[in-house]
Amino acid sequence: MARNFLVMLGLLAGCYGFNFVLAEFIEVVYVDYINLCGLAIILAVGLNVINGLAGQFSLGHAGFMSVGAFAGAYASIMLTYGVIESGPLSFASMGSFLLCLALSGLSAAAVGALVGAPTLRLKGDYLAIATLGFAEITRIVLTAQDAIGGPTGLKRIPKMPLLPGAEKWDGGTSTFWIYAFVCLVILLSLNLQRSTFGRALICVRENELAAETMGVRAARMKVMAFVYGAFFAGIAGCLYAHYQHSVRPDDFTTVRSIEVVVMLVLGGLGSLTGAVVGAVIVTLMPQFLRPLEEFLNLSGLSMVVYAALLLLMMLFRPQGIFGQRELSLKLLRRLVPGAGRESGP
Amino acid sequence: MDFTQLLQNMTNGVAKGSCYALVAVGYTMVYGVLQLINFAHSDVYMLGAYFAYWPAKWMGYLPDEKGGRAQDVPLALVGLFVVGSMVACAAVGALIERAAYRPLRNSGRLAPLITAIGVSLLLEYGGQMVFGTEPRLFPTFVEAQSYDVGGVKFANTSIIIVVTAAVLMGALTLFVNHTRQGRALRAVSHSFNNARLMGINVNATITMTFMLGSSLAAVGGILVAMDQPTITPLMGLRMGLKAFVAAVLGGIGSIPGAALGGLLLGVSESVVAYWSTTYSEAVAFLILIGVLLVRPAGILGSAAREKV
Amino acid sequence: MSALLQAEQLTMRFGGLTAVKEFSCAIESGELFGLIGPNGAGKTTVFNLLTGVYRPSSGTVTFAQSDITGQPPPVIAARGMSRTFQNIRLFDELSALENVMAGAHLRGHINLFDALLRTGRNAREEKRQRDWAYKLLAFMGLEERAGLAAKHLPYGDRRKLEIARALATEPKLICLDEPAAGMNPSEKQGLAQLIRRIRDQLHVTVLLIEHDMQLVMGLCERIQVLDHGETIACGKPREIQSDARVIEAYLGVADA
Repeated sequence: MARNFLVMLGLLAGCYGFNFVLAEFIEVVYVDYINLCGLAIILAVGLNVINGLAGQFSLGHAGFMSVGAFAGAYASIMLTYGVIESGPLSFASMGSFLLCLALSGLSAAAVGALVGAPTLRLKGDYLAIATLGFAEITRIVLTAQDAIGGPTGLKRIPKMPLLPGAEKWDGGTSTFWIYAFVCLVILLSLNLQRSTFGRALICVRENELAAETMGVRAARMKVMAFVYGAFFAGIAGCLYAHYQHSVRPDDFTTVRSIEVVVMLVLGGLGSLTGAVVGAVIVTLMPQFLRPLEEFLNLSGLSMVVYAALLLLMMLFRPQGIFGQRELSLKLLRRLVPGAGRESGP
Repeated sequence: MDFTQLLQNMTNGVAKGSCYALVAVGYTMVYGVLQLINFAHSDVYMLGAYFAYWPAKWMGYLPDEKGGRAQDVPLALVGLFVVGSMVACAAVGALIERAAYRPLRNSGRLAPLITAIGVSLLLEYGGQMVFGTEPRLFPTFVEAQSYDVGGVKFANTSIIIVVTAAVLMGALTLFVNHTRQGRALRAVSHSFNNARLMGINVNATITMTFMLGSSLAAVGGILVAMDQPTITPLMGLRMGLKAFVAAVLGGIGSIPGAALGGLLLGVSESVVAYWSTTYSEAVAFLILIGVLLVRPAGILGSAAREKV
Repeated sequence: MSALLQAEQLTMRFGGLTAVKEFSCAIESGELFGLIGPNGAGKTTVFNLLTGVYRPSSGTVTFAQSDITGQPPPVIAARGMSRTFQNIRLFDELSALENVMAGAHLRGHINLFDALLRTGRNAREEKRQRDWAYKLLAFMGLEERAGLAAKHLPYGDRRKLEIARALATEPKLICLDEPAAGMNPSEKQGLAQLIRRIRDQLHVTVLLIEHDMQLVMGLCERIQVLDHGETIACGKPREIQSDARVIEAYLGVADA
């Protein structure tokens, strides 16, 4: 554990440095892409535990994200301004921000347990459509709440808290916060995956009946996977809300849920590395295709190219980029003779 | 409580549900044979509307500014537009199956699903590129009329929708249950291998399934477009979700189930809309989850038991 | 002294079909007990009833002095009953070692946070599972295969791996569903020895379903015969071999 602690501290320092470099030397547009990638990674790595390890096809990740986003954003506005819709945009204090993050994660996790428990008996596509339904219901219920702005949602969500020495950074400290959680979710998921619980989850995926007769409580494991994935989706939602400074229920449609699944399958379902790579690709591809679209003045082109690439990818490598493998030192050495270190974060 | 209004909502719901059912059939048939959620189906539905829109426009039958009816379209020509759109959509459906799904038939369940999402995106945004993003007014073809029965209004478009849907669904059921090809379809949805051993051309049957589903979706697209009366390249998104829910609700794989699910959805949405239009959007999913928890395979579906 | 496993009047109906009718048996601790019968006699259904896969329509199961009727499989596994499957059910993507470690999960004493934070307890648990799994793989003669994915193992090894996995749950009783199916005679002989060693060295009681008469007769100390869901005989191998109803069930009635 102590080693993990040190690793995390080191990673946090790395995130600080990363944020500094981005703030000082990189154009704002690209920083934005990098931050969006980070958010996508948190979502995808969390969902990988549900869909990849436990094999429970969830199509409702945007729902969990929205719960976290609204819980965190609302709390943050209240803690910072005391009321909705007043005051200029300001920084959240460190304490209130951490509190909001915890609240986001926990409320989303609670919803995860709520969704996970009754839908456990559903399998495969039925589970998928039920979770999709839950996410849609969540979105519609959020839309109907005037206290959080109805369809227009919440605005003037405070900025993420400043860090010592970061007062003059352009674009604030979002990168630090987002990547801190990227590191956290990756570290914890790696630990989970390599533990007896990770194996138990995979057992449920591979053969539920055999898992049960070996003493693995499949129902409990599935709820655990949902709670874990939902927790980090909630965190991602909270970060997203603070990053955008506004959040609407329609930010979390089925399309977004599907997008996260696409990230996983593209990278290779069940592979953490795959989830990370898939998240980055799916986030960046439309962004980099957009200039082409604007140049040719063909609206829709970037999505068409993206879809075509997705299709080709699936047709030629249906198991995803990484399959179920992880990027490990061993694999790296085999691919690139002489290469030693895994590149991060 | 205004019962006339409620009744009015219910009758509107029947029309809406008929459209759901027409699209749901495509989902249910494809799922029945391939266990694949054909995400692209809702975009074939969108294409159905455009395939009827363009010829009408080229021939000068434009709707007037207020989205009213196209002047004096001969009924035979309307029929031609509809049949043309059905044929074109059937071709698109077959093409999708051939190019995107067939190569992945032995690659598990997820890869085809993601491919389906890819095809769906391709059609949606390809549609935006070709047709433009702006909504277009769809010619209504028939003069709007409504008949008043005890305060409840029956619009002639609604009647057309319900009758067309009922006739097509009936025809499909007859086809599936009483023809050679229909029998082949049922056999293939039972087991590829056994069907093949009985001399059934599995690939041809699957292609036929896509063509049937797609042509019905085309009709659904035209009917909804006439009723709306605007069309956009992304019009399939909402419809697709609802129609798929209807299919699952009724019991995926079952054609009567799709009809039942569609109607149930349409009516309950319209009824709830009497109180709240916002929550009427959530009704579909609430019913879905409720039904699945009690009957995990849908109302008319039968769950396969795993052999231990 | 009461039996380790006692089933009384177990009946299982699927709709109108009675798959098992009033099945009773008593297996003593340390026994090698065989359950035989023609195809479709209901043997596997009995296993499913005993291990909690099915809930019996009526009747009771008592295991190690407690009533386990209708309990779910994980509870029954925790009580100390483990099983294999006729149609092998391994965790295909996991390695042989991990498959066995998965069986050892049941007796682990760590919580999720130990795993997430990689505490010392987590490390100790991993070591315990790993050592125990290696020991069982060696016991089954699979130590060479430890790193191979279960799906890549040859058929015979898959059967053995399933037994190793079941043993990893530290059972008092192991139920083996046709462990020799699909094996050649020499493999079968090796397996018979292994099963005997499971009882003698690991002190696990064995309940065995098997089709191969030679194997069952040579191995089991007591045998119960099912036909059409009903018990038609129970006793020592020699008694079974000469039982008229058993012969009739297997060979059919001679035309009179």
